[in-house]
Amino acid sequence: MNVLRFAVRNLWRDLKSGESAVLLLALSVAVLSLTAVGFFTSRIAQGVRAQAAEVLAADLRIESPKPLPPRYFRQARARGLRTAQVWSFPTAIFSGDRSQLAAINAVTAGYPLRGRVRIADAPFGASRPIDHLPARGEAWLDARIIAELNLPIGASMKIGAGSFRVAAVLAYRPDQGTSFVNLAPAILMNAADVAATQLIQPGSRVTYAGLFAGAPGAVNEFRRFLRANKGPSERLREVGDTSRQLNAAIERASRFLNLASLASVLLSAVAVAMGARRYASRHIETVALMKCMGAAQGFVLGISIVELSLLAVAAVAGGSLLGFLAQSGIAWLLRDLIRGALPPASAAPVPLAFVTVMAMLIGFALPPLLQLKSTPPSRVLRKTADPPPLRHGFAYVLALGALAAILWILVRDAQLVGSVLVGVFAVGLALTLAGYGLVRLTGRLRGGVGVAWRYGLANVSRRGTASVVQVVAFGLGLMVLLLLAVVRGDLLADWRRSLGSDVPNNFLINVRPQEVQPLRQFLGAHGMGQPEMFPMIRARITKIDAAPVGALHFSSDRGRRFADREQNLTWSAQLMPDNQLVAGRWWTRAEFGRPLVSISTEYRDALHLKLGDHLSFDVAGETLTVEVASIRKVRWDSFRPNFFLVFPPGLLDGAAGTYMTSVFLKPDQRPQLVPLVREFPTVSVFDVDAILKQIRDIMDRASLAVQYVFLFTLAAGVVVLLAAVQSTRDERRYESAVLRTLGASRLTVLQGVAAEFSALGFLSGTLAAVGATLIGWVLARRLFSLDYAPDPWVWLTGLICGTLLVGVSGTLATRRVVSTPPIASLRED
Amino acid sequence: MQDTKGRDHIVLEARGVSKTVASPEGSLTILADVSLRVRAGESLAIVGASGAGKSTLLSLLAGLDAASSGRILIAGVDLTELDEDGRAALRGKHVGFVFQSFHLIPSLTAVENVMLPLELVNRADARGVAATALAEVGLGARMAHYPKQLSGGEQQRVAIARAFVTHPDILFADEPTGNLDTATGERVIDLLFEMNLGTGSTLVLVTHDRALAARCGRVLQLDAGRAVN
Repeated sequence: MNVLRFAVRNLWRDLKSGESAVLLLALSVAVLSLTAVGFFTSRIAQGVRAQAAEVLAADLRIESPKPLPPRYFRQARARGLRTAQVWSFPTAIFSGDRSQLAAINAVTAGYPLRGRVRIADAPFGASRPIDHLPARGEAWLDARIIAELNLPIGASMKIGAGSFRVAAVLAYRPDQGTSFVNLAPAILMNAADVAATQLIQPGSRVTYAGLFAGAPGAVNEFRRFLRANKGPSERLREVGDTSRQLNAAIERASRFLNLASLASVLLSAVAVAMGARRYASRHIETVALMKCMGAAQGFVLGISIVELSLLAVAAVAGGSLLGFLAQSGIAWLLRDLIRGALPPASAAPVPLAFVTVMAMLIGFALPPLLQLKSTPPSRVLRKTADPPPLRHGFAYVLALGALAAILWILVRDAQLVGSVLVGVFAVGLALTLAGYGLVRLTGRLRGGVGVAWRYGLANVSRRGTASVVQVVAFGLGLMVLLLLAVVRGDLLADWRRSLGSDVPNNFLINVRPQEVQPLRQFLGAHGMGQPEMFPMIRARITKIDAAPVGALHFSSDRGRRFADREQNLTWSAQLMPDNQLVAGRWWTRAEFGRPLVSISTEYRDALHLKLGDHLSFDVAGETLTVEVASIRKVRWDSFRPNFFLVFPPGLLDGAAGTYMTSVFLKPDQRPQLVPLVREFPTVSVFDVDAILKQIRDIMDRASLAVQYVFLFTLAAGVVVLLAAVQSTRDERRYESAVLRTLGASRLTVLQGVAAEFSALGFLSGTLAAVGATLIGWVLARRLFSLDYAPDPWVWLTGLICGTLLVGVSGTLATRRVVSTPPIASLRED
Repeated sequence: MQDTKGRDHIVLEARGVSKTVASPEGSLTILADVSLRVRAGESLAIVGASGAGKSTLLSLLAGLDAASSGRILIAGVDLTELDEDGRAALRGKHVGFVFQSFHLIPSLTAVENVMLPLELVNRADARGVAATALAEVGLGARMAHYPKQLSGGEQQRVAIARAFVTHPDILFADEPTGNLDTATGERVIDLLFEMNLGTGSTLVLVTHDRALAARCGRVLQLDAGRAVN
């Protein structure tokens, strides 16, 4: 027998009669959501990466203390990549009899390959982007040098043996970086002028950087080439390791997006489960008849599986097409927000969607189909002959397995997968238990109400399990919608608030101990607040639990870097406000001066540390051994001074070479930096406004993208409502016919149905509000490290929307059932 | 196949068949020790009051359900030794059904309903054969109609065409006139016997209707699960 032929014919008939519509709709919405989000986020992610690449001024950057081999550049150009070079070295510059230490950046044509340099006409004045390099014989100077040396634009000054004209104030270089310790103010000049300075001699401290940018494929290929061929002193820098702040923002943005797309897929899975149950219940008579006529169980199951697979293929084809159109639409909507052209979408989300849809079908649709195949053929004679009940353990394992697989395919984040699985299981269980309680309670309320309400409420409690299933389905749908509609707004607002308009945008570093007090007074007198001053100590880790770090193996490059290089540490009496203790405890006043250390989670992970480990540091030639007393999760994107290592006060007093702090300056306060650098000539001012703007851009994009994905979740929620309404449609048709035969008016029956759906909606809304509040809180605290205050709107929206949405849609969807002449319904049954 | 249609051939046999089910009050015997033999081409009516076990016996004889004890043979094959798929294959080869509530698939047209058993055995030209069968029951003009567009009598005629289209050795009919008015019921029964004679198949029917039972060659009376004649 030809299973495929049969399945195709069955599917065609089912589609014509609308039997498989909910299933097809649920699968299509899942695919639409998956592919649209996939297409869109891959393009956005590439766009964001391109923007993040600004921090390197390239897609790929290699740095070396020795001149880079020319073959690197030949190989890069052969692959169609653009190249540029930056030579950086410190030197003293002179203007008359005054001098200033500066960091020279000599750049070749094409620099920067990503991002744009900004210059200004006055120190700390308004800046503008510029697309060319300083001309030969000209230099662009950091505002601090100009203020310090009192050099007007157009003045001349000396760099080594060469004479240069000050052509502009250098306001921003894309690759100025965020590692600003001991950073001298910068000068940008043309690489062709370097020879004239005669500053690069054997033994000079020069960093040679090679910059490369181009198509992603070629960049990847060249990255592999560099990894295989680079010398031991050459360091490859990639977008991923440029800026902690930017990385933290991108990671958080992708979490929001993943969460939103996950919600629509989970809702679709609920709709698929309900659709498959209905598919099975609508096909049970046909299966019994076919078995009666000689069809084997395998044949029956085969037809169902092939039919569902064909549905999956149809859903993937149609959904992907819609998904592609949907993402093109949003890219068009966001055209002004995204700098430059977005890279084209890749086809990768399509196979991913197919795998996800198959996992959904296997996990959520297979159990009722397996039950369907066991339909006893004797059902043709006795309607009470039902298939043996499904083994629940098996069905749950299948569903949870599929869910875990889908989550993993989508987010590839073990923590998120674990949280969502535990969350879904806990919410499902809680909703079921609460649903039972509420449904039983509803039964008791029906005494004191009118006939329609009595009929409706009686139905809620009489249907028992079916009502609970509906309450859970409606509740789950509403909960996810609430979570996204209200909590999403709160989370995004909290996130934006965490980077509010008064976030420090200037770091003051290299503050000498004797300058701390005068600087505080200066800042206070000029309305720049009283920021906390953090001592900075340079130290290198030498031993972990008495084992020299040189002999230890670390799995990551980061671990090696932590072990090999000096770190900045500080001491603090209090835990910084944007730090969260994840293990151990913060020191008390009595423990000041004790040999303790608090480490960040990144430091712990890279060096495989735990509480109680003993770490030895070389601090200015002295060995200091301390015990790990606490571990902190640091919000690197808070733009306040943060450290991997923090000691208690009293332990390193006197060892601090310098202090640092951060201040927020409004645009009109910026000129006050001129007297500041004059009064405190060694203090470096580091402007992070540009990177702040980059992160705010990412937040804006993430917010927009999440709103967009929310539309798909809304569609999935509507399909769940449809599936839940449809699940009791046949029963309602029969009941309505009986009631009308007994003399009830159409209006009375309709009022009863409205009462039942409104009661179900109210119960679901209550559960959804509780669930959304709890999950929102957990998500905010655990996943996003944000403070979250429960919003009363969640409750109001949940109850009103639940009652109205479920009440109205349920009544409308059942209206036709009630309108069918009673005799037609009774005959059909 | 030819052998089973020989007039003296035993095409259906039940030996000491019982059916017991579990109930809240303990074990409940629905059928007790029923034995019967039906020759090819014979017609047998199973009669009795409601709850006497008529439909249960029909269900066991057709292999739709498994007996608690005893043996049932169709065309010489012991049903009790077959699993569910084996019984299904046997039904597909030897058995046809007509039901009280017609059991037409609502999403299929009349001709598609008749095609179904042919498609299950992969018959070539299923549509042509089904169309001929429908024409034979007088519904040549209603082939593209869906069940809900047909009257009760017409629906039962489609069911009869579907039952005979595979030329089964045995036709089981469960209250075939139960949902029809007297006149329509009579016309349907005339058709059923006509087809039965024409194809030479064996007819086993369950009925309350004494007049209908009287038209069968033999009558098996059931009372509280036991054969009383």
